[in-house]
Amino acid sequence: MSDYRVLPGPEHFLPPAAASMGICLPNPGEAHINGVIAPEEKAYEEAARQFLMAKVPTIFPGPLVLWAWNEKAAKKATAVRHLFNTLIECVQPGQKPMLIPMPDYRPKYPKINPEVEINPNHPNLTIWHNRIDCCMFIGVHCHQANLSLKIIRGGTSCYTIAMCAQAGHEDAMLSFRDASVEKIMKLADTVKRLKGTVQPRLASAKNGVSS
Amino acid sequence: MADIHSVIGTKNKKGQTYTDTWKLMNEAPRTPSFYTGSEVIKEALRRASCDVMIAYPITPQSEAAALIGELFAEGYIGDYFRGESEFAVMSQCAGAAFGGARVFTTTAGPGTMRAMENFPMWSGARLPIQMIVTCRGINSPLSIQPDTLEIAYLLNTGMLVWHAETAQDFFDWILKGYMVSEEPDVHLPLALCCDGFFVTHTKDVVNLTPADMCLPPYDPYRSPVPCMDMECPPVRMMRDPFVMKSNYISYATHASWQQEIWAAVERSRKHSIHWLNGLIDAENTDAEIMIVASGTAVSQGREAIRLLEDEGVRCGLVKVKTLRPWPEEEIREATKNAKHIFVPEFNVTGWLAKEIKATIPNPERVHAGPRVCGGMTMPPEIIVSEIKTALGMKTFSLAGRGS
Repeated sequence: MSDYRVLPGPEHFLPPAAASMGICLPNPGEAHINGVIAPEEKAYEEAARQFLMAKVPTIFPGPLVLWAWNEKAAKKATAVRHLFNTLIECVQPGQKPMLIPMPDYRPKYPKINPEVEINPNHPNLTIWHNRIDCCMFIGVHCHQANLSLKIIRGGTSCYTIAMCAQAGHEDAMLSFRDASVEKIMKLADTVKRLKGTVQPRLASAKNGVSS
Repeated sequence: MADIHSVIGTKNKKGQTYTDTWKLMNEAPRTPSFYTGSEVIKEALRRASCDVMIAYPITPQSEAAALIGELFAEGYIGDYFRGESEFAVMSQCAGAAFGGARVFTTTAGPGTMRAMENFPMWSGARLPIQMIVTCRGINSPLSIQPDTLEIAYLLNTGMLVWHAETAQDFFDWILKGYMVSEEPDVHLPLALCCDGFFVTHTKDVVNLTPADMCLPPYDPYRSPVPCMDMECPPVRMMRDPFVMKSNYISYATHASWQQEIWAAVERSRKHSIHWLNGLIDAENTDAEIMIVASGTAVSQGREAIRLLEDEGVRCGLVKVKTLRPWPEEEIREATKNAKHIFVPEFNVTGWLAKEIKATIPNPERVHAGPRVCGGMTMPPEIIVSEIKTALGMKTFSLAGRGS
């Protein structure tokens, strides 16, 4: 097993792909936390804990859930909105949950407005601008998600979570696989259950800004 | 959009039953058949639920390409046509794959080289195209004979590269190859190579799966990149981001993109081990003398081992099945007891020996040879002779053979 761990950055001028460091994706029923395979149940707890600790917990929904291109996508979008609303309900004063879409993948630098959207080619701009310290990707095509996750790990201290509908992402600090409406709802339930039990790191937050 | 699992057990327009691939490859009855490698390619493709095959004639793959045309005429393939050149063929393959099709093509030697620009594009665009490479000589003066030098050029394209030893490998790996390269965490093109003529034009007994069973169709909705449509044409990905911008962001994005391709090659390791029962096959790994080879050099090595056993020399064998992903740990483990490692190859540069030297501790153990090229055969006796010479044993010379 690899000694490498997938941790919040800023990691390197050009961080390696976690897969090239020996990190493997989870099998069905599993997740990974920091590159170590873990039971999915543990990942729900840790993801919820990270959301509740963050000053700006943020969900980045991608095209696969933003556009109602089939019934399943529409249901997932509703579940993502429910998760976001749950975050708003469960955070403490001073915490600011955000929902920032990744509507497409075309590079928009330098024209992008990082306030309102994120782009896989320069996701760090959105992280930095909004001082995001924990984010979750959902509904982003795997290739673009991995680009983003590596760039975020390279240049920011943001904690990254992937709710992947396919095999998961080693480049996130925590990754689910085979994401479904049920899994998104279960994460929302876990956030609700842990409400008030997690101390937000308001004072010590680096807010995703590169040191 | 139909879920792949929902079509298992249903029939396609030719009456073939879409079958779970694991059951098809491991549990379905097999029929021994006496076929050339080219005929085996056709029979594998008959069962591959392939949407598009694009052909261009170049020896020694022309026969396979023509036979697949017959499959199209019989209705087993969605579309089939001849490109204007190998470069055109590979570009057209990209177009078909961008559109969400399962794509197949075949090429060889100078054709591979002519089309080379397309291969990093395929992997960069995450297109799981399967390309058969029936290796032959590439340099001037012209040679159509077996020679594996072109594989060296494919190793850094970001494609998966497998090297078949036999027609049986070919049959199984064509079908299994799609299963690996279409995984969403891999989703890369596969160059399935063999030694031209030695495999394509010789007959062998090959155990075929039933012709009325076929792979489940490709599901483009599992792709890690969007399918091409009017909202997301590939030209936007090619034009907008990296070529037209000169700044840190565009460079960093491109770097991350490249890393992701090679991360996908790494991820293919797990799936390749699952489908191929390991990235290598190894025998007698406790021996002090090992032969490490790929392609038909494995067969020659196996025969050399038999000859050496007759003389009381014990020798082990590693058959390298996948060159990308590279079985680094497996080769290190299989050769850990070896004092001498011989790498017979059908090319002039010895690319496999170089890879092995870069992989194992104490690389001075590697004897980079024997090597032949340009269509020469590799008699097992020259492997025996190389090994005996290195061991200080008396041996005979084949230098005068043919005079």
